[in-house]
Amino acid sequence: MSEPNKVLATFHVNSEPHECAFAPHKTLLEVLREDLDLCGTKHGCELGECGACTVQIDGTPVLSCLYLGLDAVGKQIRTVEGLANGPTLHPLQDAFADLGAAQCGYCTPGILMAAESLLQANPSPSRDEIKQGLAGNLCRCTGYLKIFEAVELAAARMRGEDAEPSKESIYGS
Amino acid sequence: MGLDESKSIPGVARPDAPWRHDAKKSELNVIGKAIRKIDARSKVSGLTKFADDLTLPRMLHMKLLRSTVAHALIKSIDVHKARAMSGVKGVLTGQDMPIPFGILPVSQDEHALCLDKVRFVGDPIVAVAALTEEQAWDACRLIEVEYELLQTIGSVHEAAATSDPRLHDYGVRGNIHRLENLEFGDLQDGFARAEHVREDTFFFEGNTHLPMEQHATLAHFDKDGKLTIWSSTQTPHYLHRALARVLHPLPAHHIRVIACPNGGGFGGKSDPFNHEIAAAKMSMLTGRPIKIALTREEVFFCHRGRHPVLMRSKMGVTKTGRITALDFQAYLDGGAYGSYGTASTFYTGALQTVTYPVENYHFRGARFFTCKAPCGPKRGHGTVQPRFAIEVQLDKIACDLGLDPAELRLQNLAPRDSLTANFLKIGSMGLGECIQKVIDGSGWKQRRGQREITADGRIRGLGLACSSYLSGAGLPIYWNGLPHSGVQLKLDRSGLVTVFCGSTDIGQGSDSVLTWIVGEVLGVDPLGIRVVTSDTDLTPVDLGSYSSRVTVMTGNAAMQAAERAREIIARGVAEHLLVPSSRLVFADARVFDSEDPQKGMSFMDAVIAAEARFGTIGTVGSYTPPKSPAKFRGGGVGPSPSYSYSAAVVEVEVDPLTGIYRVPKVWMAHDIGRALNAAVAMGQIEGSVYMGLGEAMMEEMAYRDRSHKGHRVFVHKIPSLLEYKSPSTMEMPDVVTYVVEDPDKNGPFGAKEVGQGPLLPMMPAIANAVFDAVGVRVDENPISFEKVFAALQSKKEGKDARFGPSAGADGVPQVDFGDSLKIKTPWQGGDGTAWNEPKREKKAAK
Repeated sequence: MSEPNKVLATFHVNSEPHECAFAPHKTLLEVLREDLDLCGTKHGCELGECGACTVQIDGTPVLSCLYLGLDAVGKQIRTVEGLANGPTLHPLQDAFADLGAAQCGYCTPGILMAAESLLQANPSPSRDEIKQGLAGNLCRCTGYLKIFEAVELAAARMRGEDAEPSKESIYGS
Repeated sequence: MGLDESKSIPGVARPDAPWRHDAKKSELNVIGKAIRKIDARSKVSGLTKFADDLTLPRMLHMKLLRSTVAHALIKSIDVHKARAMSGVKGVLTGQDMPIPFGILPVSQDEHALCLDKVRFVGDPIVAVAALTEEQAWDACRLIEVEYELLQTIGSVHEAAATSDPRLHDYGVRGNIHRLENLEFGDLQDGFARAEHVREDTFFFEGNTHLPMEQHATLAHFDKDGKLTIWSSTQTPHYLHRALARVLHPLPAHHIRVIACPNGGGFGGKSDPFNHEIAAAKMSMLTGRPIKIALTREEVFFCHRGRHPVLMRSKMGVTKTGRITALDFQAYLDGGAYGSYGTASTFYTGALQTVTYPVENYHFRGARFFTCKAPCGPKRGHGTVQPRFAIEVQLDKIACDLGLDPAELRLQNLAPRDSLTANFLKIGSMGLGECIQKVIDGSGWKQRRGQREITADGRIRGLGLACSSYLSGAGLPIYWNGLPHSGVQLKLDRSGLVTVFCGSTDIGQGSDSVLTWIVGEVLGVDPLGIRVVTSDTDLTPVDLGSYSSRVTVMTGNAAMQAAERAREIIARGVAEHLLVPSSRLVFADARVFDSEDPQKGMSFMDAVIAAEARFGTIGTVGSYTPPKSPAKFRGGGVGPSPSYSYSAAVVEVEVDPLTGIYRVPKVWMAHDIGRALNAAVAMGQIEGSVYMGLGEAMMEEMAYRDRSHKGHRVFVHKIPSLLEYKSPSTMEMPDVVTYVVEDPDKNGPFGAKEVGQGPLLPMMPAIANAVFDAVGVRVDENPISFEKVFAALQSKKEGKDARFGPSAGADGVPQVDFGDSLKIKTPWQGGDGTAWNEPKREKKAAK
């Protein structure tokens, strides 16, 4: 039961190289959280069930709890820490903050990364397409509605529209 | 991206967002608006530090070895192989922490690690700390536990029938934990005056909180002899008390509990837990920081979720649906420990009277110990199961009497500012408006009973249900005469306002509630206020984030502290400006003369003026709920400063062949007194709809009853986050939300509870909608597709068009409840005491 030998590798996370020695059996989730100190990525099950650990690899959302750290070497990894541009939040983050789409905030990083991938591929998703795009991400607080509205709001703002949330979504009917 | 830098200064709201100012109440600058939560930017940036995100140098990892059997005496524990393993730094067993604990003083029945007995599969026995998590796991596997197996108790029926062996050596007798028997008014007379009587049996299966974050704890006993615990807990104060008790003789004031932001709680992080106490002890043993992060399976072992409750309800009504008598029985499957179970038992009887008046009321509640994960409080604590029964039964009664279920309710609303049969004091009461909103919005009058057919051959139905919920419990968990919530304010010459409060943000936004209230009173930007919360070293006691108590209780405490600060500042400014302090207005970060708004100063200068005059400025506020008129034993559960109300109409589309249904749309109205923040209130209501939908359609804490070498074990059917089944984005219906604001005099700015109440009507409304669509009753929650199918089959075969527990003699367990406590109702001239109650010794306030 001795410690397995560590391997040395360079991870490209949020456009920055991170050299790190890590146990080769570790998942990308574990490498990010434990070896690179990037704790924005969360875990809810570590079995690929909840989506809380979603990150992007080469632009595609993946469940980092099912992805070996070794397999991510040489690829472009993007985590929630890489969404904002300095002090400027990504439009998705802004919309989530405005609408209260993050309640406890635990599923939020994973949902943001999945939503960002969705908007990269489809800048004008319908409500059904948003539901499909986020179907792998569980949230226990919001009932998803504020999340859908925030993705729609962010998408509109990213398309350059001067969008604001509907009165009903803020104050009710 | 269409955003300029000025909109994105860290921590500052988008000041130009026009919809922020589209509030209903022009006289208020903060309250009721949709200002971002104080922690919104951290949360969307992944920067909120949850307990498992924390590490300390030299930290060890701890794991727990848990019982693999359901009920047994521990004969021996052999840990020597584990202790000898490389990397292992500490091993603890029950003998190291022999003092029992529990959330309620009446049920101190848990040990940090099992002492001599295990009571369910998952009960923790040994704790191991090692350099790595893997080493701790591996070491656990080397531990040998020898058991003497005992008979497994698996259900309320088995518990009622088995006096020996007992799970615990306390309780009423055998495996009965609690028996309550309360009679308000004259049942016989009530039923005699009834023009219609119905008796029904219902079952509500248990379900669990399933927070996205698994519980985690970091404990550090430092070289100065002080213990600090960071934990995902909703109740740092109660955890502090439990630690002080078990770790005796470590003085309570050497223990510091910091509740991290919770990644969802819903009641599941309200008990002090084994792993928290064991981590503390392990840190004391090893002298190093200890981290434990539970696996998802272990969260199912912690549970404390919704009790499975078997219910029998006999209701007598007049032709217009007025309830002349209600005889209600509840049988709770409590699992292996007491937890909040005593309160849960009372709650299955307490709130039946708060929606519609019940003239005479008899409640019997029994809680049993069984060999399963302990049940406790989940969103709606104990009131959800009886609300399901009552609302479905009322629907049946409306059917029997040929009344519109909405009209029946509208004609029988509990009056505002009244006392119920069980002496609960109702204040503001907006249920009528709630019902009106949802029936108007859904087209109830035109669409109900129409059985429209959808394009894919399903039948549409509408169902209605209502509910009420507490704005915090009127009594604390342990008896004391102290405030339930305290707030301190510190103001300094930079203009900074810091709010110190023991409350814990579990995602509901309680930190932000503090900033909105203080910001409104002092006229400053709430996003500029600093909050320091849930740290027992730094913050005044707040009892915890449970029972929807925070908005009203810490809100009132914050309001008092802020008003006191305003008064001090106003006196300083008044002297400075030579203006009477009564004319001063605090708004837009200024303090100015209401008659000459140009005459004034910035808030910062106002603080400086006051500090120059009076010295360092700090204020406190505290809140204690009003005294309840219920003085009988058991009357402590149910009273609250105010009650929220909710009404829902749910639309279902049912396949008449398979019973498979979907929920395309929900109309939900929630009377919350006043929305402190519009968007956040909406989020709470939508979250309740979601969680209620999950409970109605799919969620259940169901067990497999398995036998291994003649020993029965109850293991969770599907202890995984996905297979437990909770609604995904694909199941979430459209929700039309109505925020009804009937301000209550006991709430800050009139606010009441938001976000527990709207969960309750979802399950009965869906059951009622299924009936409206296909004419079958499912008297059991969850209302899963196979149950609807079974009821449809039964109907087809000419039998009862129903699925549910047996209404016969084999239905509920046979229990002797003894004599009831008899309490005269207010309209009988009762004074809130039981006339046949033996005199109780008065406890002295400490």
